[in-house]
Amino acid sequence: MNPTVARLTVRGLLGRRRGLLLLVVPALLLAVSALAAAAHGDEQSLTVKILGELDLGTLVPILGLVVGTGVIATEIDDGSIVYLLAKPLPRWRIVTTKLVVAIGTTWAFAAVPTLFAGLLLYGTRDGLALGYTVAVLVAGAAYSALFLLLGVVTRHAVVAGLGYALVWEALVGNYVDGARTLSIQQWGRAVAQSVAGESAIGSAVPLGTAVPLLLIVTVASTVLASVKLAGLTLTADE
Amino acid sequence: MSLPPETGSADTGVIHDIGYRGYRGPRLGRGHATRALFTQSLRAAYGLGRSGKAKVLPMLVLAATTLPAAIVVAFALTTKLDDLGVEYAGYLSSVGMLVWIFLAAQAPVLLSRDLRHHTVPLYFSRPITRGDYVRAKFAAMFCAQFLLMAAPLLVLYAGALLGGMDVGDNTEHALYGLAAALLYALVPTSVALAIAGFTPRRGFGVAAIMGYLAVSAAVAAVAVGITRGTDSADAAQWTALISPDGLVESLVNELFDLGGGLDRRHAPGGVGTAVFALVAVALVAGSYRLLLRRYEKI
Repeated sequence: MNPTVARLTVRGLLGRRRGLLLLVVPALLLAVSALAAAAHGDEQSLTVKILGELDLGTLVPILGLVVGTGVIATEIDDGSIVYLLAKPLPRWRIVTTKLVVAIGTTWAFAAVPTLFAGLLLYGTRDGLALGYTVAVLVAGAAYSALFLLLGVVTRHAVVAGLGYALVWEALVGNYVDGARTLSIQQWGRAVAQSVAGESAIGSAVPLGTAVPLLLIVTVASTVLASVKLAGLTLTADE
Repeated sequence: MSLPPETGSADTGVIHDIGYRGYRGPRLGRGHATRALFTQSLRAAYGLGRSGKAKVLPMLVLAATTLPAAIVVAFALTTKLDDLGVEYAGYLSSVGMLVWIFLAAQAPVLLSRDLRHHTVPLYFSRPITRGDYVRAKFAAMFCAQFLLMAAPLLVLYAGALLGGMDVGDNTEHALYGLAAALLYALVPTSVALAIAGFTPRRGFGVAAIMGYLAVSAAVAAVAVGITRGTDSADAAQWTALISPDGLVESLVNELFDLGGGLDRRHAPGGVGTAVFALVAVALVAGSYRLLLRRYEKI
């Protein structure tokens, strides 16, 4: 952690009205939850649908993508990263600082609203709210680390990240069962399921697989990003 | 200011005529420049005439949208089916996510880069006007998207004809599919271009477009999903209005009476169809106007 780098990163990520744009995500989740809470129907499946599909399935990956690439890829893109790299700071510390900011932002903008949405929808019954909140915490951290790595290795980080989050996790995962084993979303669901102890959440991966994989992805992404940042070559756009 | 040292008397300077000539060939004018910008932008959308790296993503998406169609055709032909088993318009909505990725990745390629590298003023120092620029870019992105969706439709249609399936029925449904492709290429594209026009940073533009398309579609899908089978199911269909993609899908399904099942997205009733159509027109016209306004003061 380096407080100056952290401060600059936060300003780059949330300054100049960009923070307001990110606020759309929690606002949307809470608005949908409030509307759904007013509607009648099977409350449990409603909660699973909103928190599982909308929140964990769509909003968290997209937020993780915007935040994870936003903390470093934009700086690499416009070349201002060289001023940071020229400072006598170990590169791994730059990466970890930016990762901490990314994870913190993802948690603030996704996990906290998830808890509120869960309480709004289903109260504290079955531990659904808590389960999904923990799932969003771990999945948000893993997404942040993975997308930060993408931001360092490729100039097309956002597209590559979208390819993973939407095509692999959502599209391929829908048809191919094996693809779900390698999906952060499913690992998150496994965690949610074991925290809530509720089988309605439905995860395709056992907890024993999910937790090590989550840890491996997060740590390996961070290490790899540090290594890649240590030997970063700035290239022009195309 | 110090003067350069005197090296010789002033009368030794000579002006040589080294034969510079002005351009005297034909001037092709504004229309030609606009068309050239259109062709260049359309080619750029597919990475043609760019580096190999720029071709990877568009070609990958084109392959990914067309290959399943080829597989469907191959399957139908080898098992001698008398029906493709796939609805043309439905095929487009099932590969919709790939089309979004193309759109999100390439719309900023057409607009954001010119803004970021300040090349827009260079365009406007030529005969083309701001309106021409917007029109050319808009048309280019529309055509790129339309071609992307027309390719799998063509594969499906050709396969159906080769397999000796009902020509009339297939032609009718292929035309529905083409109409759907036209709408998909108009409505989401215009919104995406409007977003790209306001984001000089390419990465941010990609994320903003994709975020808008994916989040609005997810909200609409969840709203339809959670009301399935209840009496507010029809009311939930109105949420498609927030998602350009859902809007087109609902409109097409209702207009051509396609799709089925509980998850069918459709414009609710006659009023709904009219409202959906109006919103689609308003989205396209509004985005276009917004882009024109954006380029008014550059």
